Amino acid sequence: MKPADETELSEAVASTLQPLAITGGGTRPIGPSVAGKTLEVSSLAGIRRYEPEALTLVAGAGTALSDIDRVLAAERQRLAFEPMDHRTLLGRQGEPTIGGTVAANVSGSRRIQAGACRDHLLGVRFVDGMGTVIKNGGRVMKNVTGYDLVRLLAGSFGTLGILTEIAIKVLPDTECKAGLLIHDLKTEEAIQALSAALQSPYEVTGAAHTPSGIDGHPVTMIRLEGFEEQVDYRTKQLKAVLSKFGEIQIEMNQEKVNAGWKWVRDVETFKDRPGEVWKLSVKSSDGPKIVRRIQAEVDADILFDWGGALIWVLVAAGTGDIRRYCEPMAGHATLVRASESAREQIPTFHPQGSLHQRLSDGIRRQFDPRQILNPGLMN
Amino acid sequence: MLEMPAPSEEILDRKSDIVRRLKEVAPEATVIHDPDETKAYECDAFTVYTCSPLAVVLPSSTEEVAAVLKICHEESVPVIPRGSGTSLAGGALPTADSVIVGVSRMNEVLETDYDNRFIRVQTGRTNLSVTAEVEGRGFFYAPDPSSQLACAIAGNIAMNSGGAHCLKYGVTTNNLMGIRLVTIEGEIMDLGGPYLDAGGLDLMGIVCGSEGQLGIVTEAILRIVPKPEGARPVLFGFSSNEVAGACVADIIRAGILPVAIEFMDRPCIRACEDFVGAGYPDVEALLIVEVEGAPSEIDMQLGLIKQVAANHNPETVQESLSDEQSARIWAGRKSAFGAMGRIADYICLDGTIPVSELPRVLKGISKLSETYGLGVANVFHAGDGNLHPLILFDANSEEEVKRCEEMGAEILKLCVESGGCLTGEHGVGVEKRDLMPCQYSEADLEAQMRIKDVFDPNWLLNPTKIFPLHISGERRAA
Repeated sequence: MKPADETELSEAVASTLQPLAITGGGTRPIGPSVAGKTLEVSSLAGIRRYEPEALTLVAGAGTALSDIDRVLAAERQRLAFEPMDHRTLLGRQGEPTIGGTVAANVSGSRRIQAGACRDHLLGVRFVDGMGTVIKNGGRVMKNVTGYDLVRLLAGSFGTLGILTEIAIKVLPDTECKAGLLIHDLKTEEAIQALSAALQSPYEVTGAAHTPSGIDGHPVTMIRLEGFEEQVDYRTKQLKAVLSKFGEIQIEMNQEKVNAGWKWVRDVETFKDRPGEVWKLSVKSSDGPKIVRRIQAEVDADILFDWGGALIWVLVAAGTGDIRRYCEPMAGHATLVRASESAREQIPTFHPQGSLHQRLSDGIRRQFDPRQILNPGLMN
Repeated sequence: MLEMPAPSEEILDRKSDIVRRLKEVAPEATVIHDPDETKAYECDAFTVYTCSPLAVVLPSSTEEVAAVLKICHEESVPVIPRGSGTSLAGGALPTADSVIVGVSRMNEVLETDYDNRFIRVQTGRTNLSVTAEVEGRGFFYAPDPSSQLACAIAGNIAMNSGGAHCLKYGVTTNNLMGIRLVTIEGEIMDLGGPYLDAGGLDLMGIVCGSEGQLGIVTEAILRIVPKPEGARPVLFGFSSNEVAGACVADIIRAGILPVAIEFMDRPCIRACEDFVGAGYPDVEALLIVEVEGAPSEIDMQLGLIKQVAANHNPETVQESLSDEQSARIWAGRKSAFGAMGRIADYICLDGTIPVSELPRVLKGISKLSETYGLGVANVFHAGDGNLHPLILFDANSEEEVKRCEEMGAEILKLCVESGGCLTGEHGVGVEKRDLMPCQYSEADLEAQMRIKDVFDPNWLLNPTKIFPLHISGERRAA
């Protein structure tokens, strides 16, 4: 099914007798495959309103991110949460859409400073499991009128409703970027260095560490952005703050800085390497300890982002559920890439406490009483 | 006029039993039931309507909150959660058959973690004292509602409070990492934590801003942010609201993200000038634009902003060159509400509009002011479109109160028609409850109420807020 607009979509949902597997650009498949009729929302595309002076963009959920990026770039603006492009890691084709980005609450390296995808949403329209069209939020920066279903829909992976339109806050792009690199730090030191950078007033917009960089050696990476004078000043200041951790290499070549951070954002280090990929969201200072526990049990390659609060883990196919090595852990683990059979066996999303589960199930029953929207994907 | 449901006689008759049970789980001194004492809780900062509650409980721990809620649930008594009682929307207005559960005694700092940049507090703690706890280490808690000296984090979470600096730092929901929630059945759960993003459905996201209708939040993990090295404003005077509005748009388009852009119109400027003598020019509209950073960064950004503003021929430009000058520029703005209060009684509205609609909406407001024969002063956060029109009236005249309420409703409808919303940071409460159908369809409201059905199936938590009574009636009666 490929409805042409919101009305057709609403009718299709209301009249369907089968479960629906909802897909946007199809670039970020996750979890066990949903047994049901495929419902494509990519026709609900188009930028419906863009007001650069109000920092606001409204687009159909099927709108390609690349279209949005292009329109924003013409006004020197951007999506500040820097959504990750999963195609590299998952080996997929197709065009990521804004609807898919929101449904999966996808952010990138700048999340640590600018907030997640969900933090930039102003409003949504969606169709619930009965086919009812619902709107929530609006297209203004500050809005506390009624319950915030916008945040609830973000990251609900289509299980509460099918997004049809998104209103989102955009921000000015920056004139200049700088990369600060420290080589050969041990993991603990690296996370401490990232923390020191993030505790400074220089608005660090990227803080990552790879224990095995492109040449196989550890690299700790920090990004600064702003007007050129600003970046010059902050680079000098931050260099002084971090000097106790080792020699700081400064990268001002814009292409190189961009490529480096795309490499982090899209987890290119695991590209074309077989195995299962996990995403761990943790308290950043716990990161090194959790990684040690995992590596005590299995071979695992690691990439830290978000100052260490995000850990990407690559393990061999057939390793099974690595959560058992992480506990106790303040945070959650998501299985991002695995074979079809592994995805059937291992819970994709982190198991929740019983009360959380009961409330989540209750909300799903309210929005999708027939259990036809991506059934079983999140539980 | 505001309608509230008649209290349940049956609950009123059981008062002594209910109070006795509450005293079994909370220390006697923290259960208030004498009508002379409950009177102190008859309203919050929305003072137009008042009603004393059946009783007030001020628990000192999450477990006590849980025990109290469990009893209220068993006794089917409505519960009104309360922080510091500073809501401007009547969010903590009780009914005679309700028990107020206030968290004001729970104000401890539980954990401060600079490495991971968060603070864990009990939610009775005031907003400003969270910042006070961390500023010695160069950090602050970003959401800064203007009541921040008094308002509690519990209320900030319930209302998803904003402030003057949200254009850059976001509102409460963007700075909240975790909460401890007590359900109406007295169960305790943690949502979120000292890490990023939700692992399943973002239940914390729906609790924040639900005006105490889904549970009582007793602890919160808040993101703390390194303080910028400094901040300095520039003040511009313009010959019309339209020109000032256009200047705001151009500043944002130029790629600068000021930490605050404040707007005042002539009635407000004059009142402030009379009150504190901040040295404001006598102009139609005034903008205060503040940027942050090191001195050189501030110079550079203010330079750009002045260039942009020059295209709009400002009548006055005052760039602050020192902390002293900054304080003077801000003195007028910060005293605006007090200054207006000297002239007349006022109600403060809180609609938000798209920034592009600023000139049109301001024109509409001044037309309404003529139609209703009541003065309006405008002072607001222009960068994010959050308007605060102050309607001036005489609270002793019943007729003027009514006219003022009607005019307020018309202004908010104008905001919604312009693509905006009824409330940007104060919340719906009872104040804007009956206007909800202007912004949301029946299906939209039904979807929101379905969430409450899950958390609070008997509709005991703050039941007469947000949703118009005729829409929530069946659920409340069930």
